[in-house]
Amino acid sequence: MSEEPSIDLRGPPEYGDRAFAKLTAGAAGLVLLILGLIAITMTRRALPVFGEMGPRFFTSTRWSPPDSIFGALPFIWGTAFTAAIAVLIAVPISLGVALFMTQVASPSLARPLVYLMDLLAGVPSVVFGLWGVLVLSQLVHLGRSFLTAGIILAIMIIPIITSLSREVIATTPVGDKEGALAMGTTRWEMITETVLPHSAGGLVGAVMLGLGRAMGETIAAALVIGSALGQITLRALAPGNSMPAVIANEWGEAQDLHKSALIALAVTLFAITILVNLVATGIVQRSMKRGQGT
Amino acid sequence: MIKRLLFVGVLAGLSLARIGVAFGADITLNGSGSTLSKPYQEVAIDQFKKTHKGVRINYGGGGSGKGRQDLADVVVNFAGSDSPFKAEDAAKAKGGALLYFPILLSPIAVIYNLDGVDKLQLSAPVIAKIFQRQITKWSDQAIAADNPGVKLPDSEIVVAHRADGSGTTQNFTEYLNGAAKGTWKLKSGSTVEWPSDTQAGQGSSGVAQIVKSTKGAIGYVDLSDAKASVVKYASIKNRAGKYIEATPDGASAAGEGIEVKDNLLFSAIDAKGDKAYPITAQTWVIVYAKQPDRAKGEALKAYLTFLVKEGQGLLAEIDYAPLPRELRDKAIKQVDKVTLP
Repeated sequence: MSEEPSIDLRGPPEYGDRAFAKLTAGAAGLVLLILGLIAITMTRRALPVFGEMGPRFFTSTRWSPPDSIFGALPFIWGTAFTAAIAVLIAVPISLGVALFMTQVASPSLARPLVYLMDLLAGVPSVVFGLWGVLVLSQLVHLGRSFLTAGIILAIMIIPIITSLSREVIATTPVGDKEGALAMGTTRWEMITETVLPHSAGGLVGAVMLGLGRAMGETIAAALVIGSALGQITLRALAPGNSMPAVIANEWGEAQDLHKSALIALAVTLFAITILVNLVATGIVQRSMKRGQGT
Repeated sequence: MIKRLLFVGVLAGLSLARIGVAFGADITLNGSGSTLSKPYQEVAIDQFKKTHKGVRINYGGGGSGKGRQDLADVVVNFAGSDSPFKAEDAAKAKGGALLYFPILLSPIAVIYNLDGVDKLQLSAPVIAKIFQRQITKWSDQAIAADNPGVKLPDSEIVVAHRADGSGTTQNFTEYLNGAAKGTWKLKSGSTVEWPSDTQAGQGSSGVAQIVKSTKGAIGYVDLSDAKASVVKYASIKNRAGKYIEATPDGASAAGEGIEVKDNLLFSAIDAKGDKAYPITAQTWVIVYAKQPDRAKGEALKAYLTFLVKEGQGLLAEIDYAPLPRELRDKAIKQVDKVTLP
């Protein structure tokens, strides 16, 4: 692989090395290939409903399989709304926990906390969903609603946002922090003046990755969101629906155009999550460059 | 450790294989589909394997739509389905012509949660208006007209329906579409456009859970699920103008009044007869007429015969109704149409 073998300390590439390089490159390529194939085949199977509904698939508020009318807007809204509630709840908590772990707690306290967070991340989503149905939704006024789904999603994305934030925050140069403290700042001022500005980009990226996870979550959302049709409202206590929840609920018995409409929902979700992830990666990379500059 | 596990595994595998040989060739039949008929499939498989030791049968459930798709793709040997294939889908089935075997009838119960009202009577137009949210209070005159002498509370009605696509929703809406013609606007299907101020539950148990935990709630589930959740259910006005309680007997009576086509397709919904329970669903086992494998085909024929013959005696205990005699005889006879190579 190397252009100048004279300074390559590994010596001439051996047969095994080359095979290994090809193998890993193949594995990497396979990921792209799979992603591309998924996009192509899904879009192809979604075409019938796009042909039938046209742009109304994204603007109509009616979803009536017996009438062959499929408008995804309420579900797109529900996905965005619940994800927004989740992020709103999860970000302050995650940030607080991450700052506590890195800036406040002693290592002997921080370490078990990290384990606990990882444990929370490992709980299967259906467990959260069932707990949501049996406990959370039974609380007075909460019911099955956008808010209930948002709370469950928040609990699910707290570990991700926390652990990413923790790593980003940990990259703040010790010199900066000690410099600030030496200037006589309080710990709070030190955090707001050095730690947060340094990690801002990375934190936004962490939040965006959490957002992506919240939008795609299926089972937990399907169980607690209420599965009401046609709801485009800011009332968080109203029952609603989200794209993945509709797909999970209706796929089993769907036929013909209904099936195609559900696939079209999946394509839409796929596109939105890729977009969110791309934006997140972009922000993180830009902030990393800036971080190196200062 | 892993080695030891492997060793144990191999030993277990060997001994299993030996048992298989001892009882003749091992045959596995796989089925999937209707969750309505799953409880029957389970007890039937249990009984069937007592007399057919070499045959293993798995029934996966998953919903009627999944069952039909699995059979069309030839990944199962039989499908359970509450409704037949559409003609264009049947043409696409990879294994050729299909045969339908009705196996049971099931009342769909309209369940409710209303303190002080132990006997509730409903007619199709009233049910339609309730589920469309045109009637929103229990004290509504239309409900009172169905229940002379009953004191109905002035409370809000909470409507519960299935969140997931379901054969039960299909049959329930088909009933309203026919029996409440003109009033019912949501048409019929595995999912319909429910008003947004209704509640949705996951599966029959989810609907039953909402009704059970919500005062003033009403919903629809298969009778066996209603019994399992211990909720009250209404008597429904049939074509003859009689209010009939949801029971296996009422479903059997509905079976007496149906017209059956030569391919054993029929609908037990809103059937004729004084004692017929009007919201009665039916379910079939669907197989390919031409079986590709002799041994498996033989086992499948034996199981089909069991389902429509001896197995029928198991139904009442799990709150389903057996097929009417005439239909049963036709089904038994149709097993001969399954051909082996």
